[in-house]
Amino acid sequence: MRNFLNRKVCEMPPSGIRRFFNLASEMQDVLSLGVGEPDFMTPWPVREQAIYTLQKGQTVYTANAGLLALRRELSAYLADKYQLEYDPQKQIVITVGGSEAIDLALRAMVEPGDEVLLPEPSFVSYKPCAEMAGARVVTVPLHEEHKFRLRADDLRKAITDRTKILVFPFPGNPTGSTMHKEDMEEICRLVIEKDLFVISDEIYAELTYDGRHDSIAAMPGMKERTLVINGFSKTFSMTGWRLGYAAGPADLIAQMTKIHQFAIMCAPTTSQYAAIEALRSCDRYVDEMREEYARRRRYVVTRLWEIGLPCSDPQGAFYVFPSIKSTGMRSEEFCQKLLTEQKVAVVPGDAFGASGEGFVRISYAYSLARLQEALNRIEIFVKEHGREST
Amino acid sequence: MNMEDKTRELLEVLEKNSRTDIKDLAVMLDENEADIAAQMTQLEKDKVIFGYHTMINWDKVMVDRVTALIEVRVTPQRGDGFDNIAQRIYQFDEVSAVYLMSGAFDLTVIVEGRTMKEVALFVAQRLAPIDQVLSTSTHFVLKRYKDHGVVLEEDEKDERMLVSP
Repeated sequence: MRNFLNRKVCEMPPSGIRRFFNLASEMQDVLSLGVGEPDFMTPWPVREQAIYTLQKGQTVYTANAGLLALRRELSAYLADKYQLEYDPQKQIVITVGGSEAIDLALRAMVEPGDEVLLPEPSFVSYKPCAEMAGARVVTVPLHEEHKFRLRADDLRKAITDRTKILVFPFPGNPTGSTMHKEDMEEICRLVIEKDLFVISDEIYAELTYDGRHDSIAAMPGMKERTLVINGFSKTFSMTGWRLGYAAGPADLIAQMTKIHQFAIMCAPTTSQYAAIEALRSCDRYVDEMREEYARRRRYVVTRLWEIGLPCSDPQGAFYVFPSIKSTGMRSEEFCQKLLTEQKVAVVPGDAFGASGEGFVRISYAYSLARLQEALNRIEIFVKEHGREST
Repeated sequence: MNMEDKTRELLEVLEKNSRTDIKDLAVMLDENEADIAAQMTQLEKDKVIFGYHTMINWDKVMVDRVTALIEVRVTPQRGDGFDNIAQRIYQFDEVSAVYLMSGAFDLTVIVEGRTMKEVALFVAQRLAPIDQVLSTSTHFVLKRYKDHGVVLEEDEKDERMLVSP
């Protein structure tokens, strides 16, 4: 029989997280700090609204781009939060999570051989999606000494005649780093000078601490060359609802909607109705969650420094990305030993790209009690292994 | 963040868990321990914090305890309205809370006792005979689902996968 499998897909390495997940799930009583989703439940008004629409039987397809009522709410929301004006009819498409929007955007823009710039360490989906679309991915390392912020110098070095797109993921997973206006000015100048397009993944925008999120699309001259991707998963604790969106230039949204129409038809209807409720009535919940995350963040960062695992102070998302270089171990080794010896799961930094080596990702989407216990165990672990290496 | 926000946040954290360690409070609120301790002392002095209670599910330890909510209609008094009559009621040790209400009755009185009979007798012998009390209506709590923001029988299982991107 012929080999029916696509070679490109077969050659794609599985996610580094997957491997570690398999290891962790074989063990009992693991204390995990390894998740990339909120520990808060979806606010009850949102769940209640979803139940209500199910009872009413609102279970049919929506428009391909999503319910117009939802796009209208989003249009108002983006204007209010980030000073971004988008036409709900032509410039917004509702997707199955932010992930689908990433895939659609890359497929709608990349021609074979185009180069896509990807800051690393970063979320695991960009690279495979870009490569599946035919792009050559060029990574731009983010440095700890610059708080994992993207620097124009590093970006400039990576640009060639074939560069077309910059993926711009801030606040970032796994680093928690953010980019404010003053950090983006030089980058925007460079992007405009080199005529690049920006895919700005702002899924963690509402989880920004000590200040508000600035969208790169709101920078002068950037709106027409930026696609903003966001979603409901992190902001409203709605991961399982699978609902995201993209907002950007009408011609790009039209092409993305075309692919979406043929591949997906429309995002889940129940989730879309729930999302309208989230936008309308859940500001209070988001504020409370943000404050709670901020307190845990300070706790985790302080403890990690005390333990001897230095980390830059993350300004966004719900991750801390400490350096484990002082232990003399590689990320993978550190995480495996921590798991087997102390039954604590954290994610090796290199799962987010080679430049994540020497770091681990710790999520603080957990109760304070859980964080305390897990950090106590990490402290014991680091003490024991510190002695070995001296 | 201004001072008022800081105080509000401190109070919100303490309201959820008054046993939070001062050292942890200081770290989480980005202040030093001495300031947090001083602030708490002041809040206690000002009676902003007017007590620290422990939420106990007595049903789980087989201790007999019943709670009743009593709707009380009273005649307000010239000069001091409801305050005097409220005071006459809240002085009883059996009474754990008294609230002045809007609507169809005047005072909500929460009474705790060991048995329904004990509570009923308290109402009949102590509460109802007070001159200004026009009527009482006693409702016993049969089951507590949620108290002070906490769902009593909630299973706190983490449904999330151990590791996810």
